[in-house]
Amino acid sequence: MSAPALLQVSAVSKRFGGLAALEDVSLSVGRGEIYGLIGPNGAGKTTLFNCMTGLYDLSAGHIHLDGAPLHGRKPHHIVEAGFARTFQNIRLFANMTALENVMVGRHPRTRAGVLGAVLRTPGARAEEAAIHNRARELMEYVGLKNKGRTLAGHLSYGDQRRLEIARALATEPRLLALDEPVAGMNPTERRQMSDLFLRLRAGGLTLLLIEHDVKLVMDLCDRVAVLDYGRKIAEGEPALVQRDPAVIAAYLGGDEA
Amino acid sequence: MRERPRLALALLAVLLAALPFLIGTGLGNSWVRVLDFVLLYVLLALGLNIVVGYAGLLDLGYIAFYALGAYLYAWLASPHFGLHLPFWMVLPLGAALAGVFGVLLGAPTLRLRGDYLAIVTLGFGEIIRIFMNNLNAPFNLTNGPQGMNLIDPVSIGGVSLGKSLEVAGITLPSTYLYYYLFLAATLLVIVVAMRLQHSRVGRAWAALREDEIAAAAMGINTRNVKLLAFAMGATFGGLAGGLFAAFQGFISPESFTLWESILVLCMIVLGGMGNIPGVILGAVLLTVIPEALRYIGDLQRATLGQVVVDPADLRMLLFGVALVAMMLFRPAGLLPSRQRKREFSAQDGVAEQEQASLYDTKA
Repeated sequence: MSAPALLQVSAVSKRFGGLAALEDVSLSVGRGEIYGLIGPNGAGKTTLFNCMTGLYDLSAGHIHLDGAPLHGRKPHHIVEAGFARTFQNIRLFANMTALENVMVGRHPRTRAGVLGAVLRTPGARAEEAAIHNRARELMEYVGLKNKGRTLAGHLSYGDQRRLEIARALATEPRLLALDEPVAGMNPTERRQMSDLFLRLRAGGLTLLLIEHDVKLVMDLCDRVAVLDYGRKIAEGEPALVQRDPAVIAAYLGGDEA
Repeated sequence: MRERPRLALALLAVLLAALPFLIGTGLGNSWVRVLDFVLLYVLLALGLNIVVGYAGLLDLGYIAFYALGAYLYAWLASPHFGLHLPFWMVLPLGAALAGVFGVLLGAPTLRLRGDYLAIVTLGFGEIIRIFMNNLNAPFNLTNGPQGMNLIDPVSIGGVSLGKSLEVAGITLPSTYLYYYLFLAATLLVIVVAMRLQHSRVGRAWAALREDEIAAAAMGINTRNVKLLAFAMGATFGGLAGGLFAAFQGFISPESFTLWESILVLCMIVLGGMGNIPGVILGAVLLTVIPEALRYIGDLQRATLGQVVVDPADLRMLLFGVALVAMMLFRPAGLLPSRQRKREFSAQDGVAEQEQASLYDTKA
């Protein structure tokens, strides 16, 4: 390792009763990288995301973001540390407007409490205005400029994915973890999304990506790790990983060799 | 364009100011007393609405906070302990005590949701009532089932609201005076509730209600936000309780039964959970309708010559019928918030099932 990694996952295991969902998984994501996490269904990709973001407790292992431990911390601490995520099956606040969803994302970076809200202190008012402005900027950034007043649940599928990203960006992450962000999208939408990812990276963000779309992964990712049955079976540049016999076996289910 | 809402607001203010006189002359002074209770229930419903409507936490023991506010008022301003502190000290203390108990109730129930939370809060409400019922020995704290009597009325600037007041030749009975006090408290609570709803805190509550996992993943400290909802709701309940004790001059555990908790919950469900005008409407209807149904006895005597069905029975029956009809025809409430409207339009059921799956593995 030359430069210290932004995200360091060391020997993480996660067991649900007798089932080992993750077994001794280690990986490191460098600053400014787009890092892909691929593998067959049930390989443990989302479980790893849930472990990293504090939704699951680890059975063993350590996770560090920029040297600070994330393991054993609450989800909101992890967001505060600069690690935001989206969900595989879209978890927007469906009955709030799109703009309100993004405004919720400003929560960890703002302060106003009950007193500020009730008394409408100048500080609280200024903060509220700043939250509003930032949320609108982010909506525009992901291409949802005029959808602010629509209920999140009424947005089209692709727009919901975009909104989830805007909401995650509102927390000012250093690392953004996206769980199948282009699943179910058509080729045009996919292209727009990969443009968005490149713009985000150009803005200094590090991306961690779970994705099934091989072409997208090959085009976009600097490095990928392959999970199968909870173990990391390969890691490296996409083009090399693609030719790895273990990876081919995992995907084709073959017992070649 | 801006003139019209301002005019409407002015008209509303005049109407609210004149209301006890209109009702007093039109329906008799006993209805002004009902009007006072309407306002107390509006206060309670607005408080419970924070917990249930905003944060989505089903609380069936809410009346316990009302009881705490009322008992604290009685302890600090009645002959029971010989203390007679002024209302402006006792009311905030009662609200604060209730708020503390809100946190005490919230803390052990943080991991519970839905039905389980409802059961625990129901137990909490009963515990408080049973304590009040039995704490007359070994040390007489609450005077047990007899309740506490001769509670000081609110007195503002030497003017007691417990007696009629003569202003410029007009006699204002005590119920009129309390009406204006309760109205002031209600307006204050409405403003607080509205400002909270449209704030960072209110959005965090809404996020919690919508999807707790996603709320946590957006950096919301779900524990603190839940406790805050319990505390705020309880504070309003405690305030209403103090006002109730001063107004009645007498309190006993009978006023704080489970039925009262359910009644307040019915008010916000009927009116429209999460929507302040709806909650107010629900509280008004569910206080006024049972009172109006008392006249069914007189009506029977006038038309049939005798009372065929006991009005007390009929009241509960019609009340039940009204609630069932309500749930059939307007399940989201009379004036639903936009959230509830959508929840009941029954779409996206599949997406919600998917969302539920992660909860199960986490618990």
